[in-house]
Amino acid sequence: MHLHDVWFVLIAVLWTGYFFLEGFDFGIGVLTKLLARDETERRVLINTIGPVWDGNEVWLLTAGGATFAAFPDWYATLFSGFYLPLLVILVCLIVRGVAFEYRAKRDDERWKRNWEHAIFYASVLPAFLWGVAFANIVRGVPIDAAKNFTGGVLDLFSPYALLGGAVTFTLFTFHGAVFAALKTLGDIRERARRTAGRLGLLTAVLASAFLAWTQVHSGNPRSLGALAVAVAALIVALLCNRSGREGWAFALSGVTIAAAVATLFLALFPDVMPSSTNPAWSLTVSNASSSPYTLRIMTWVAGIATPMVIAYQAWTYWVFRKRIGTHHIPGPAHH
Amino acid sequence: MDLALAPETLARWQFGITTVYHFLFVPLTISLSAVTAGLETAWVRTGKEKYFHATKFWGKLFLINIAMGVVTGIVQEFQFGMNWSSYSRFVGDVFGAPLAMEALLAFFFESTFIGLWIFGWDRLPKKIHCACIWIVAVGTLLSAYFILAANSWMQHPNGYTIDPHTHRARLTSIWTVLTQNTTLVQAFHTLTASFLTGAAFVVGIASYHLWRAKRAQAAGRTPDTRERKKIGAMRSSLRTGLVIAVIAGMGTAISGDTLGKVMFEQQPMKMASAEALWDTQTPAPFSVFAVGDVAQGHNSVELSVPGLLSFLAHDDFTQSVPGINNVAKAEAAKYGGQPKDYIPNIFVTFWGFRLMIGFGMTSFAAGAIGLWTTRRKRWLAPQMRTGEDEVPRLMLTPHREMSTFFTKWSWRIGILTMGFPLLANSFGWIFTEMGRQPWVVYGLMKTRDAVSPGVGQAEVITSIAVFTVLYAVLALIEVRLMIQYAKAGPVVDEEPPTRDPRLRGPSGGDGDDTGAEADKPLAFAY
Ligand code: HDD
Ligand code: HEM
Ligand code: HEM
Repeated sequence: MHLHDVWFVLIAVLWTGYFFLEGFDFGIGVLTKLLARDETERRVLINTIGPVWDGNEVWLLTAGGATFAAFPDWYATLFSGFYLPLLVILVCLIVRGVAFEYRAKRDDERWKRNWEHAIFYASVLPAFLWGVAFANIVRGVPIDAAKNFTGGVLDLFSPYALLGGAVTFTLFTFHGAVFAALKTLGDIRERARRTAGRLGLLTAVLASAFLAWTQVHSGNPRSLGALAVAVAALIVALLCNRSGREGWAFALSGVTIAAAVATLFLALFPDVMPSSTNPAWSLTVSNASSSPYTLRIMTWVAGIATPMVIAYQAWTYWVFRKRIGTHHIPGPAHH
Repeated sequence: MDLALAPETLARWQFGITTVYHFLFVPLTISLSAVTAGLETAWVRTGKEKYFHATKFWGKLFLINIAMGVVTGIVQEFQFGMNWSSYSRFVGDVFGAPLAMEALLAFFFESTFIGLWIFGWDRLPKKIHCACIWIVAVGTLLSAYFILAANSWMQHPNGYTIDPHTHRARLTSIWTVLTQNTTLVQAFHTLTASFLTGAAFVVGIASYHLWRAKRAQAAGRTPDTRERKKIGAMRSSLRTGLVIAVIAGMGTAISGDTLGKVMFEQQPMKMASAEALWDTQTPAPFSVFAVGDVAQGHNSVELSVPGLLSFLAHDDFTQSVPGINNVAKAEAAKYGGQPKDYIPNIFVTFWGFRLMIGFGMTSFAAGAIGLWTTRRKRWLAPQMRTGEDEVPRLMLTPHREMSTFFTKWSWRIGILTMGFPLLANSFGWIFTEMGRQPWVVYGLMKTRDAVSPGVGQAEVITSIAVFTVLYAVLALIEVRLMIQYAKAGPVVDEEPPTRDPRLRGPSGGDGDDTGAEADKPLAFAY
């Protein structure tokens, strides 16, 4: 196995980490409007991810940085090609981050309401757009011989890509609802479970359609295996959710996300960004990657740092393992 | 859409706007995290309440600031690919490594432990809680170091070779990239400048509170207990800020001087344009200011210090420094094209350099004077000493206090110079980056060859507009919050945690705690 293959796997791992973690953050953001009935309940939801959302987002920065270091051409083509959707994602991440930090900093109804809108919309859009982006990566986009994207922004919104967006949106919201059921107490916990049940069914339908389409168009036997795991995990997650096994339901909705990412990456390999103009111009793990020396350095760094990161992030979740209910929310004087 | 603009112009504007904006928050993040960590350590070790209140107070301002630092940084990470894709392809093999290391080794630390610190007051034992903010502070240093290694490589490419097949830079030694003198000196200069920035910020806000308390007393109100606690916390903060300002200010000057020599050796054009020195001179003077058109080489009024530029470049007042025209001719002969293609914007470099030094060193001077006038008790006559919870008198000699007029202005200057190093930082970076033009990677790649060929002007105009408006709105919100919390001062009614909260044992089953302890409201919630 070449080092660039290892790095292809590592990039997939980083995106999996990102979608697993920020997936439920986005879901919680969406649920602040779908699930919470009043200000205190919204705060319960927001505080389930309060201590962790920033650390979760760094998985994205690392995926970006690692792509730059390991596959400079992939980084260059992807981010210049998907310019406008990425701009929207960036704006959302900016507004969302500030919204979490600043929302409770002033005791003023309008101020809070505005930040709550910000949290909702800035969660909906990226949750949808990441699916659009990944559908396009797998499907292939117009790329010329110099590896530059030559399409327009509308090329990125094909029916397949829109379906991809719908899948990530519902999947993340489902994941968020399962997370909310795991982390809250009382009435809102019950409602989170019911919402998760309904969202899960919708997700199952959309995700099966999308993954089947992916399999038919770009799949191979390996991706079929991952696809089967994704669908099975989602169904079991739904069953666990119904029977009140919240921990299991959450773990399995995580497995669903991981297996769905695996399906996409396995369908992609050995390309990293297929060209729909001419297959000979596709970016592949070998023609888009860095030199062996850089890959070796990065392998050492990632090999040492990643387990450490996982360990201390896991510890954070342990420290904040306690469920939160409305009675835990302090009055407005505390900020 | 064709605006007859060079394709790189818009991308440069966007990069300049977003990066300078990001760097308004970065120096404060770096320094305030350390100040907060220091104060919390003082609290953990001495148990004194005033340190607890000061920790909470500066910590709050630090959090308002870091939120903006974090979100504006995300844009930076992706912008190379979005607007500078040719650049990214060319340098990725070298440049990507420090960037990825920054994310893996620094950002994860910062962002994970900041969450633990914010929400962990009642979840973690004191010492571990304090360790969290130290880890954040170290994370910010690491993050600065890695990003500066990347930037230094653009200033002075080293430890690479040009691949004969792909014609791109290929890394040959990561060690060289991480430890070349450009990186080390630039990191030292930027970090000391960051601490000067935070120090001026702390001094400014502490001055505001102390000056207000002083005026209230002058108006005949005697401070109550709460007021005295506030003064105590602010007095300690003031002294901390002043000490840091003096040390960091000296460090900034020393490292800036070293950086000047490194720059002179590696980018002679930048040194010449910092001075608007058109023709080689022996020895070369340093003009403190010039009136007239520096960009044309005609200075009608000029105040200059003979030989100082020679000293900045060589450590020797008599040697010659090559002028802009001479360097431009040499570069044109080496890389092709016209000499004028190699001349950066002289107006910006000349004034950027001066304003950096001027604004930053003013704060340093203010800090040094403040440190002297508020000096410790034992250097003062007994009747002039002030207690821990009193506003310090501004003492010229052990027996003489400043006159009311100068006292008033001293406190005001403390407040007014609060933002000076922030300006100095921006000017320094604008000088550094624009003085490198036309190169994006010095001697290897021109800025105009670095842009994304596939990204249209309409797209870039959209993104500039979006970022500019968004950043302006956020700036307004941030500054207002900052002022609100800075003015409110420390919340002295807040009780420090009285006992170490123990990490509760594994909670059975699905994690529902029971009992009164479990029902207590969170110490902090969004
Ligand atoms: C508080 C801020 C501050 C202050 C007081 C100073 N500087 Fe500075 N300077 C910076 C903040 C800064 C900076 C923003 O941090 C820069 C931009 C790039 C860098 O490495 O640091 C910088 C760059 C910079 C450069 C350009 C480096 C390059 O292009 O590679 C030189 C030569 C100096 N400085 C020299 C000085 C000298 C001689 C100073 C005073 C005695 C001085 N600086 C004070
Ligand atoms: C690792 C750190 C940095 C990198 C890799 C970097 C890279 C670049 C690049 C690619 C450009 C565009 C080309 C050009 O116009 O020169 C640029 C321009 C610029 N950068 Fe930096 N930069 C870094 C740090 C900073 C910082 C911290 C600041 C200031 C806060 C800054 C200020 C600017 C400005 C003002 C421009 C516009 C210059 C112009 O219009 O000519 N840079 N930089
Ligand atoms: C132009 C290049 C730059 C890039 C790509 C960049 C990238 C980033 C990113 C992605 C973040 C957010 C991290 C998070 O989510 O925790 C960030 C924050 C930060 N950056 Fe920058 N940055 C740049 C310039 C600089 C420079 C020149 C410095 C220091 C000298 C610096 C130091 C920091 C610090 C201290 C933080 C705050 C810590 C934090 O917010 O997490 N950055 N930067």
